[in-house]
Amino acid sequence: MLPNYASPIERIWFWTFRILCVSVLIFLVSPLLVIIPLSFSDNTFLLYPIENFSLRWYQEFFGNEVWLNSLKNSFIVAPAATLLAMVLGSLAAVGLSSSNFPGKALLMSILISPMVVPVVIVGVGSYLFFAPLGLTNSYLGLILVHTALGVPFVVITVSATLGNFNVNLIKASANLGANPLTTYRRIVFPLIAPGVISGGLFAFATSFDEVVVTLFLAGPEQSTLPRQMFGGIKENISPAIAAAATVLILFSIALLLTLEWLRGRAEKMRTAVEH
Amino acid sequence: MNAPLTAADGESLKVKLARERRNKQLKAIALVAPLALFLLLTFLVPIAMLLKRSVDNPEVITYLPQTSAEIASWDRRGLPSEAVFAAMARDLTVAKEQKTVSEISKRLNMDISGFRSLIQRSARKMPLEVAAGESVRDQFIAMDERWGDPDHWHVIAKNAKSWTPYYLYSSLDLRETKAGTPELAPEEERAFLSIFGRTLWMSMWITLISVLLGYPIAYWLANLPARKSNLLMILVLLPFWTSVLVRVASWIVLLQQEGLINSALMGLGIIGEPLQLAFNRTGVYIAMVHILLPFVILPAYSVMKSIPPTYMRAAISLGDHPFAAFWKIYFPQTVAGVAAGALLVFIMCMGYYITPALLGGPQEQMVSYYVAFYTNVTINWGMAAALGSLLLVATMTLYAVYSKLVGANKLSLG
Amino acid sequence: MTKKYLPRVAVLSVAMALAAPAMAKDLTVISFGGANKDAQVAAYYQTFEKATGHKITAGDYNGEMAKIKAMVDTKKVSWDLVEVESPELLRGCEEGMFEKINWAKVGNKADFVKPAVTECGVGMFVWSTAMAYNADKLKVAPKSWADFWDVKKFPGKRGLRKGAKYTLEFAIQADGVKPADVYKVLSTKAGVDRAFKKLDQLKPNIQWWEAGAQPPQFLASGDVVMSSAYNGRIDTAQKEGKNLKVVWAGSVYDVDSWAIPKGSPKLKEAMEFIAHASKPEYQAIYSSKIAYGPTNTKAVQKVDPKSATNLPTWPANLRSALPLDVNFWVENGEELEERFNAWAAR
Repeated sequence: MLPNYASPIERIWFWTFRILCVSVLIFLVSPLLVIIPLSFSDNTFLLYPIENFSLRWYQEFFGNEVWLNSLKNSFIVAPAATLLAMVLGSLAAVGLSSSNFPGKALLMSILISPMVVPVVIVGVGSYLFFAPLGLTNSYLGLILVHTALGVPFVVITVSATLGNFNVNLIKASANLGANPLTTYRRIVFPLIAPGVISGGLFAFATSFDEVVVTLFLAGPEQSTLPRQMFGGIKENISPAIAAAATVLILFSIALLLTLEWLRGRAEKMRTAVEH
Repeated sequence: MNAPLTAADGESLKVKLARERRNKQLKAIALVAPLALFLLLTFLVPIAMLLKRSVDNPEVITYLPQTSAEIASWDRRGLPSEAVFAAMARDLTVAKEQKTVSEISKRLNMDISGFRSLIQRSARKMPLEVAAGESVRDQFIAMDERWGDPDHWHVIAKNAKSWTPYYLYSSLDLRETKAGTPELAPEEERAFLSIFGRTLWMSMWITLISVLLGYPIAYWLANLPARKSNLLMILVLLPFWTSVLVRVASWIVLLQQEGLINSALMGLGIIGEPLQLAFNRTGVYIAMVHILLPFVILPAYSVMKSIPPTYMRAAISLGDHPFAAFWKIYFPQTVAGVAAGALLVFIMCMGYYITPALLGGPQEQMVSYYVAFYTNVTINWGMAAALGSLLLVATMTLYAVYSKLVGANKLSLG
Repeated sequence: MTKKYLPRVAVLSVAMALAAPAMAKDLTVISFGGANKDAQVAAYYQTFEKATGHKITAGDYNGEMAKIKAMVDTKKVSWDLVEVESPELLRGCEEGMFEKINWAKVGNKADFVKPAVTECGVGMFVWSTAMAYNADKLKVAPKSWADFWDVKKFPGKRGLRKGAKYTLEFAIQADGVKPADVYKVLSTKAGVDRAFKKLDQLKPNIQWWEAGAQPPQFLASGDVVMSSAYNGRIDTAQKEGKNLKVVWAGSVYDVDSWAIPKGSPKLKEAMEFIAHASKPEYQAIYSSKIAYGPTNTKAVQKVDPKSATNLPTWPANLRSALPLDVNFWVENGEELEERFNAWAAR
């Protein structure tokens, strides 16, 4: 805090700095706060002030086959892509950190590259490549590309967890007579689990929020929730979008809380192991 | 005695260690292989095929094979020989039967508009009935006088090979002269250089604003007591985890003509007329900074967390002014981390599509938009591929810089 | 064409089997979304489901032909019916993207307005893209495209569709060309230059729209004072109590058609659907829900007289309107759209 011998300039600086920081934080959260009340408006346009409150847009959302179908699709594609990304990504991360081999840095860069390649290029590329294979307008095509987009997160988080990993634990376990599988199951897995899961959460969020690839690869049967919202924002912004948005915000709060809880747990485990 | 070290079973320790290491390497590669293979098939190969498409030129050579063969010997002066016209007549007859006329006409129409109808109309009249001694060339010209225009034949000759620089040239506002060298396209047709420029320019501003706003926040959060900073961190993380579409929808609500910000400002009497905030550059900047700010704050925060506060205290107690101490001691230690975050933000910005598409006008669209436009609207996949390739090259160059400076595995995820 | 230079990857053929058309499929019908789709659901989809028991999956798009082309090229057609505009229909028909229509199953050709009868499509309605304005915001009614360009007399932003089609027609009319001469002028390079020059004048005041639902929103929210718009969308907004008006002078009209992507596995059901949707009673329901004119002339009497005056097909509305020149757009569409895009991006 500000000591009371601070000069006026320091005082002014202290407060401008504070105000700047607080306004940036307000800037960050205000869009989320603005859209939630609108979902309870009974107006057909997304406008303030709200005159009458109603649940009509939630009825619209949960009573409309198209919205429900897109919600269902999101819950098919995202978990499948997440699972695949978690398995492939964790194996690769374990491999990458267990040994040095030529071209390792380059390989790592390539495995992470789906994060930085412009997503339109991924969309168009996979669309033109998958079409002759019959993978457009199918869940499988969408899941495969969403996995590719999500997998870097798993590789990164698991690698980071393994970076903190004490290799002596494996040796100790082996010395105490455990076979490699037991070592893996009892020692390695519990230690990297938080990394795998938090990577999985990122992968899930990536797929759950993905529009561009979906625009190219999905037919109306596979339309996901964000794809439906994208169409809605372009076509007609009705408060049904606000209702969908509120559902998504609640969902992101759940994801965030899970991640924070995991992080806390991982912290505890690490300190428990080290002491 | 100078015998090499051996293991219990008498084998040389060196050999054994080497084998051990190789085994370990093989095991590591085996673990990475499934993902590498997966990405190869779902990600790398599709992108490689897209790159190839930017120079691919199969139409003329595939669907006008005889003409392509004959026209190779044309000296490019005057009109091609009778044999070329005869080959064209045969090719068009086949194309008409196999319904491939539109492939040819579409490709040629890119170079000279009107070529489509010329090909379509001529194909409809195939097969030609040529009496003995009559010239096929004269018949073609009688059918449509454009066949007597050498320019049309130059275009066919130019495209009678399996690759073309056409799309890449067009993406750079260039065009091919008859001699085969590139020249700048006429001004009213130029567009892409300025679109690439705009993509970089907008990305630069968004990155700069994000850093200017993100750095103080990160500093503040890193120096607050843990309980307080964890609480405030939620305010950064929550938008980070919220769907981009939700945020764009909210920004439209906030920024539109009769939106909250305009009503508030007008209600307070600050402005008399509503400001144009959405569907222009202001709107795109606001929403993009909002989306990318956490990507600056989070890595900067973790860097600042790792700087012991004692350094600053030491400097101040040695008589430095707090500002000077900050500038000399603290700031240099954060530069690398913040720069890495900023570079990542810049790379992400360059490929953005959704936010400009929903919140911007035509002057705000970046390269990605045009890749999608050519893919979906005009079905000009060569052009989409060429623009995409250039964008990819730009992104990957920066990514290589990033990997070299920071190491790809050091990407921070907050 | 694509299959020729996209070699198949053997490994993924296993995946292909996995991906093969999921489930016993419903009839997938894709149309332009929003109010238009709502009217189609009520007039056609629901009545068809009731009459035949076939389920319909409804989707929407913005007229991108790329998806259809990719499906047809690769023989993996999952859309059974699409709503297409005339130039796309004609071009797609030439390129073999659509099935030929069996008119014997649809009905008597003579019952339909002329542009509705084509080789690969059956016209479903006549629409018009016209000038619309918010009568609450403008005291004096604009009368022509010249007024639309007059920012002194009518200050404020204007909405125009982000594309060359219709926009060039409007610009050249604003420059004094009579509706009958529009395409004659636009067929020359000088004419196109003239239209773009006219657009240059208005450019700082234009707010572009892409989806048909946007103009009524822009007009209602005051973002623009006038806009080009599909007349049906304006009519829907009027029904919701918005004081929006249509100016028919200089409007461009055309038909939208049903077409069947080539290779649809549900060809028979799709034809059944087209026949169903071409019946006068259902077209009349559609036209009473949204102000687009029926293509089946027998439906006209069934539309209630009050709505009928709002249809593009109402004689008074047709008087100073011009029909879209489909051949012009097939021939020049790509070049003009690309030039337009380059121009708009500047």
